[in-house]
Amino acid sequence: MAEFIDLVLLAMLALTALRIIFLKDLFAVVMLFGIYSFLSALIFVNLDAVDVAFTEASVGAGISTVLMLVTLAMTGRKEKQSTHSTLLPLFVVLVTGAALIYGTLDMPPFGHPDNPVHQHVAPRYIEESPKEVGLPNMVTSVLASYRGFDTLGETVVVFSALIGVLSLLGVRRKKKKDLESGLETHSVLHVVSKIIIPLVILFALYVQFHGDFGPGGGFQAGVIAAAAFILYALVLGLPKAFAVVGPKFLQWMASFGVLLYASVGLYSMYKGGHFLDYNKLAADPIAGQHYGIIIIELGVGITVFAVMLNIFYAFGSQAERSNVQ
Amino acid sequence: MDFLDIVSSMLLLAGVFFGFSGAVGLFRFPDFFTRVHAASVTDSIAAILIIGGLLLQTSFDLNTAKLVFILLFLLVTSPTASHALAKSARHGGLLTLAESSSQDKQESAK
Amino acid sequence: MTEILAAACIAILVVMAIALARAFKAPTVYDRILGVNMFGTKTVLFIAASGYLMGRPDFLDIAIVYALINFIGMVAVLRFFEYTSPIE
Repeated sequence: MAEFIDLVLLAMLALTALRIIFLKDLFAVVMLFGIYSFLSALIFVNLDAVDVAFTEASVGAGISTVLMLVTLAMTGRKEKQSTHSTLLPLFVVLVTGAALIYGTLDMPPFGHPDNPVHQHVAPRYIEESPKEVGLPNMVTSVLASYRGFDTLGETVVVFSALIGVLSLLGVRRKKKKDLESGLETHSVLHVVSKIIIPLVILFALYVQFHGDFGPGGGFQAGVIAAAAFILYALVLGLPKAFAVVGPKFLQWMASFGVLLYASVGLYSMYKGGHFLDYNKLAADPIAGQHYGIIIIELGVGITVFAVMLNIFYAFGSQAERSNVQ
Repeated sequence: MDFLDIVSSMLLLAGVFFGFSGAVGLFRFPDFFTRVHAASVTDSIAAILIIGGLLLQTSFDLNTAKLVFILLFLLVTSPTASHALAKSARHGGLLTLAESSSQDKQESAK
Repeated sequence: MTEILAAACIAILVVMAIALARAFKAPTVYDRILGVNMFGTKTVLFIAASGYLMGRPDFLDIAIVYALINFIGMVAVLRFFEYTSPIE
């Protein structure tokens, strides 16, 4: 049954990719890319990788679709006619694809328990993490504790993405001559989003603090909370969203999250352990692990929320200007 | 199968039937406004029936709450989305089948 | 019960495929948005049903995220559709 569902989903995925290639209308391309992300998240769900599916659905289908749409609002909808010949790129793609398919011949069989990936560190995580970290969701204990240093790196990457966007685009304040933004004429949307937004934020908090027990964690929670504020900005217009959380405040929040994460590492060094050694945070090592994971997930969530929302602000305010000209 | 299972499977099958008829309507109806009608009406009833069927499978716990949350959420958002879509289609100047055919007649009469 | 759930899952997959076909081949851009929206709502139902089929009710969290993101994506499409001039 699961294999059959997998095959159907993969077929839909391939068809969507093919359809995207032959579309000229970039607006439609972005929408089909949303479907593409939803389908790949479904495949992850089917493979039991619930945390990955969570991230793919919220980041891939949610935030990146919104950002691509804002970009299209700035650049225009029509794909440019390409002037050069497509034979050389086709040749390169065919050769690369053939090499990749040739490479898969050496891959170990799908899902076999003796595969290298199941022999390397995974057995140790599965056997030791209930004793060493004691969280029901092993993905969280691997991400936040065993690979805490990598996750710090990822958070810094997200933060530097914000720095890049701000230094290239910047957030533009509203001018008098700008058109009114927001979906003013849709009164039903106004009412409904006022009901929905608190629920979305509540769900984001659930994902943030339930991530130790079920799927979810700081990354997903940050993105979902940012999506709630993006909905607010979309329906009521950017100026009203700026009044709730301004871009300056978000920049402080983004750096606060990274600093919170790093300071947990420094504090554990001060307590006599290594960097990010949560065992030293409390008298009981397991309790220390739990404190450490909750605090760093909070740091990740704050940073991701602030960065996503601020990037949307930067793109959205530019889109409004290009609309005026 | 006990009583609850039978009710639940009947609800599921009914939900699937309505979902299916909505899909047929989405494909077969002649213009956008009839299609949006088919899709939005059946969307709501399919969500109620299928999630109602699943609700009978749960013991009363967190999953029940989540299913109720999903149901309420879909019941609020899905008609809103259809309404907003139809409204912006109308504002964007899309005509119904009757309007565009009467326009054609006027043009051919001239 | 498992057979009924499996049948429901497959039927929802078929409905998703039809909605996908509508999104692929759309006379107007609004039809495309409609297809995408219907695909999203049916996906929510599919995940919920398949979670019970496979005995993994924590799939419901993913279903909630889908429902949220589907609505927000829809609003974003309508919002920025007003900025860009229609092609068709």
